[in-house]
Amino acid sequence: MNEIGLAAAEAGRLIAGLDAKLTEIVLLSLRVSLTAVIFASVLGLPLGAAIAVGRFPGRRALIVLLNALMGLPPVVVGLVVYLLLSRAGPLGRFGILFTPAAMVVAQTILILPIVAALSRQVIEDTWQEYQEQLRSLGAGPITSALTLLWDTRYSLVTIVLAGFGRAAAEVGAVIIVGGNIDGVTRVMTTAIALETSKGDLPLALGLGIILLSLILALNAAAYWVKEAAQRRYG
Amino acid sequence: MLPLVLDSLSFAVNGRTIIDRISVEIGAGPRTIILGPNGAGKSVLMRLCHGLLRPTSGSIAWCGSNGGRGRQAMVFQRPVMLRRSALANVIYGLKLAGFGHSERELRARDVLEVVGLGDIADRPARVLSGGEQQRLAMARAWALNPEVLFLDEPTANLDPGAVRDIESIIAQIHASSTKIVMTTHNLGQARRLGDEILFLSQGRLIERAPADRFFRKPVSAEAEAFMRGELP
Repeated sequence: MNEIGLAAAEAGRLIAGLDAKLTEIVLLSLRVSLTAVIFASVLGLPLGAAIAVGRFPGRRALIVLLNALMGLPPVVVGLVVYLLLSRAGPLGRFGILFTPAAMVVAQTILILPIVAALSRQVIEDTWQEYQEQLRSLGAGPITSALTLLWDTRYSLVTIVLAGFGRAAAEVGAVIIVGGNIDGVTRVMTTAIALETSKGDLPLALGLGIILLSLILALNAAAYWVKEAAQRRYG
Repeated sequence: MLPLVLDSLSFAVNGRTIIDRISVEIGAGPRTIILGPNGAGKSVLMRLCHGLLRPTSGSIAWCGSNGGRGRQAMVFQRPVMLRRSALANVIYGLKLAGFGHSERELRARDVLEVVGLGDIADRPARVLSGGEQQRLAMARAWALNPEVLFLDEPTANLDPGAVRDIESIIAQIHASSTKIVMTTHNLGQARRLGDEILFLSQGRLIERAPADRFFRKPVSAEAEAFMRGELP
C-alpha cells in the first residue's frame, strides 16, 4: 500500500514537472496513434459509407468479416506486420521495422476495421431514414454516401475517437513492430510494461495516469461535441 | 412528360400482391387524388409512379419525356430533413437537379418566402416543428419547378393549422401549373383538394371519377362502404 502511495506521489511529481523522458514518450505515443487514426479514418469512413450504401455480391460476408476484425488481437497484427516488414519479408526493402512508421502501419491495420464497421452501422441506420428522399431528389450512390458521411459527422467523431483510444491503449502490436527502443519507439504502453517489470513503478504509474486522463478527456470532448450538435442541429 | 400511362401495373413482395393489375392514364391538369383505406396500396402505387419501386409486372410510361424521369418531385408523409439549415436543404435539391450555382440560393430564398419560412431559412431544419418541416419539404420539391408533384399523405401527421398551411401551398403549386398527384385517406381533404378521384381498395383500382360525381354517388360498393365508414 505504502509503495503505491510513494509511486503515486512520485508520478505526480514527474507529471507536474513535465519530466523530459516522460514528455518524450507521451508525445511519441500521440504522434503514432494520431497518425494511425488519421489513416484509418481516411480509409475507413469512406469504406463504411460505401458498404452501407452499396449493393454488391459478398456484402453480407464483408460486414461479418469487418465486425469480426474489430476484435483483432493486437499481438497477431504485430506479428503479421512484423513478418511483412522484416528484412526477408515482402515489404522488407522499405526498412521501417523498429521505427515509428512500422507502429503506425500496425495500429492503422488494428483500428481500420473498427472505424469501418462502426461507421457502416451508423451510416446504414441513417440511410434507412434518408434513402427514399435522396433517391427522390436524384442522388446517386456516391452523392448519397457523401451526404450521409456529412450528416452523421457527429457520430463519426465518436467512432474515430474510439479508434484512437484503441490505438493509444494497445501494447501488443507496437511492442513487436516497434521494439520498445528507448528514445525511438518507446510509447506509453510499452514503457509501462517495461518499467513495471523493471520495478520503476513511479514512471509506469505516471504514464498510466496520463494515458487514462488523455482518453477520458478525449471522450468527454467527443460527448460534449455530440450533445451540443444534437441540441443545435437536431 | 404527361400523360403518365400505367399498363397492367402489378407489384408483389414475397408473393403477396400489393398492386394488382392497375391500368390508368393520368393526364396534365386536374388534381388527382388517390383515395382508399389504409393498406389499399396508395403509397406503393405512388412510389411505383415516382420510380422508387420497380414494378413486378406491367409498365409505367411517361409520354413526351426523353426517356429519363423528367421533372418530378415527391413529398413524403414524414419529411426527411438533412442536418443543415432549411435553406441548405432546398439548395441541396436544386444542386442535384442541376441548377446553376448562382441561381440556387435566389430560388431557394424565394420559395421559402412563399411558404412562409423566409424568417427561419437559416435555422437548422431538423429543429423546426413538424408543420414547418413539412412546409420546408413542400418548398424543397416546389423549388425544382416539377411538372408533376407526388404527395404521399402530406398532412397525416399534422395539426389542423399546419394542415391548412399545406393545403394552401398545394393550391398555389397547382395554380403554378404543376400537376398534383396526392394520396390521402381523409375524405374531407379529398373533397377540398380533389378534381378527380382514383379509388383504390386491396391493390386494385376500383373506381375513377371526377370528384363531384364520386362524392355524390360512388358507383362501386367498396367506395360507398369506405365513405359510409367515415366518422363525423
